[in-house]
Amino acid sequence: MHTLTRSGGLALAVLALALTACAPRADEEPETATEPTADTSCERDNLETYEDGVLTIATDNPAYEPWFVDNDPTNGEGYESAVAYAIAEELGFAEDEVVWVKVPFNAVVNPGEKKFDFDVNQVSITEERRKAVDFSSGYYDVRQAVITEAGSPIEGATTVAELADAKLGAQVGTTSYTAITDQIGATDPAAYDTNDQAVQALKNGQIDGIVVDLPTAYFMTAVQLDDGVIVGQLPEAQDEPEQFGAVLDLDSPLTECVSQAVDTLRENGLLDRLVEEWLSQQGAPELS
Amino acid sequence: MTADGWQPSAVQRERDSYRRRRTVRSAVVAAASTLVLVGLAATAIVTSPGWERVQQTYFSWDKAVDSFPAVLEGLWLNIRVMLVCALLILLLSLLIAVMRTIRGPVAFPLRLLGTVYVDVFRGLPLLLVLFLLGFGGPALDLSGLPRSALFWGGAALVLSYSAYVAEVFRAGIESVHPSQRLAGRALGLSYGQNLRFVVLPQAWRRVLPPLMNDLVSLQKDSGLIAVLGVIDAIRAAQIETASDFNYTPYVVAGVLFISLTIPMARATDYYARKQGFHGAGGML
Repeated sequence: MHTLTRSGGLALAVLALALTACAPRADEEPETATEPTADTSCERDNLETYEDGVLTIATDNPAYEPWFVDNDPTNGEGYESAVAYAIAEELGFAEDEVVWVKVPFNAVVNPGEKKFDFDVNQVSITEERRKAVDFSSGYYDVRQAVITEAGSPIEGATTVAELADAKLGAQVGTTSYTAITDQIGATDPAAYDTNDQAVQALKNGQIDGIVVDLPTAYFMTAVQLDDGVIVGQLPEAQDEPEQFGAVLDLDSPLTECVSQAVDTLRENGLLDRLVEEWLSQQGAPELS
Repeated sequence: MTADGWQPSAVQRERDSYRRRRTVRSAVVAAASTLVLVGLAATAIVTSPGWERVQQTYFSWDKAVDSFPAVLEGLWLNIRVMLVCALLILLLSLLIAVMRTIRGPVAFPLRLLGTVYVDVFRGLPLLLVLFLLGFGGPALDLSGLPRSALFWGGAALVLSYSAYVAEVFRAGIESVHPSQRLAGRALGLSYGQNLRFVVLPQAWRRVLPPLMNDLVSLQKDSGLIAVLGVIDAIRAAQIETASDFNYTPYVVAGVLFISLTIPMARATDYYARKQGFHGAGGML
């Protein structure tokens, strides 16, 4: 009886010790992020990157066309890969000084230490999201589009109102999905883990159409669907146009510099050139 | 003081009060050690450098209130799927279990079929069955079968779970002592009557706790059909999270699930106690 109590007390003590052992480590030296004021502050040597001497860029696995090619971000092919290398160059990192890491989307937006400098993964910038992460300036202006297969009931629709009764699908957690509920007002939307699954469901006739960003819409109708049709682009939101931005940790010291780099690329026309090179530019009908 | 004037002796009273003192002391020690442990854990968490951000991200009251209706609506789907599937699983698994326990060489194909079914569907991961049936099923374009994700997802759940539950039933059937069967036969009951009036009622009573265990498990797994596009509680939480990257809706979903499963677990325990044995749900 007594030995039991004693061993119980011992176990308790060990547990308590273990708990205090995993007590928080002392805060690391508070890093004084130098406010970039002059242009020199974004010099490469002043940047506090995740790993010294290299720029660590994250994206999800798999990485989809037309943003990346062959699920290989390191080849510089695909719009986002090309933009990422251009940003790196703007910050003073050569091609071989860029390290890519595969980070699932949830790990990007979760609190906690980020194991990368910034993430490019077709993440739309919204004010609500700014409470959780930092965004660079937008590197691509997004338009949402509706696609379907030839012969579906929504083929030939010319207004958003005609889509309200359709069964539409989109990737879960995207602005495309919110467009179904908020902009189109369609009831009973279907949410998929990946766009590939949404395409499969469309082929199966389980949904009438998919909402995706326009470049992906071109890719799906051209490559993934046998007789895919772009129904049209959704009207632009009233307040401000939707943009993809690079995601950084909240209050990251790099946000300012990455934003500056993106702004420079926008001003000198490189972003437009990359859009022309990697993203389909044919027009799609506008839905009124 | 009882009716016949009996009173416990001084020694007995001393014994009783000693026991009472020990009980009180045990309770105090248990309470203190629990408080110390919980206090230490809470302190470790709350004083951690990232706590403030974790609190905002996972335990934001405003976000919880905002997302609650959507998550609750998703949970309603979980509950409906669970109830319908549970019914179908019971029927199918009972059939498989009976098939596997039929005696005699003539019934060999039945036994083989049952065994193959259980081996295959117990060996396949549920997610795999969901994907194969959920995306492959509608692609078959079979006339007369619905294409809805709910139908195919439910079918995958039923097929997968029936394999497990069939084994539970089989264990119950085989636990009924052979003398029971023999007695039934001696009374002139046919095989079917014997099964219905003698074996199954006893088997069913014995396996109810493990069945409840599988029901709790099914309730949580019912959400897996969300991979086919329908929106359950967890999917609803994911959608709510995407707008501002705040993970509180997941915590809301977790609390809702627990508030469903705990009463079920307690009911199982209560039944097991009443039966005089410990069910698979375990005892507190």
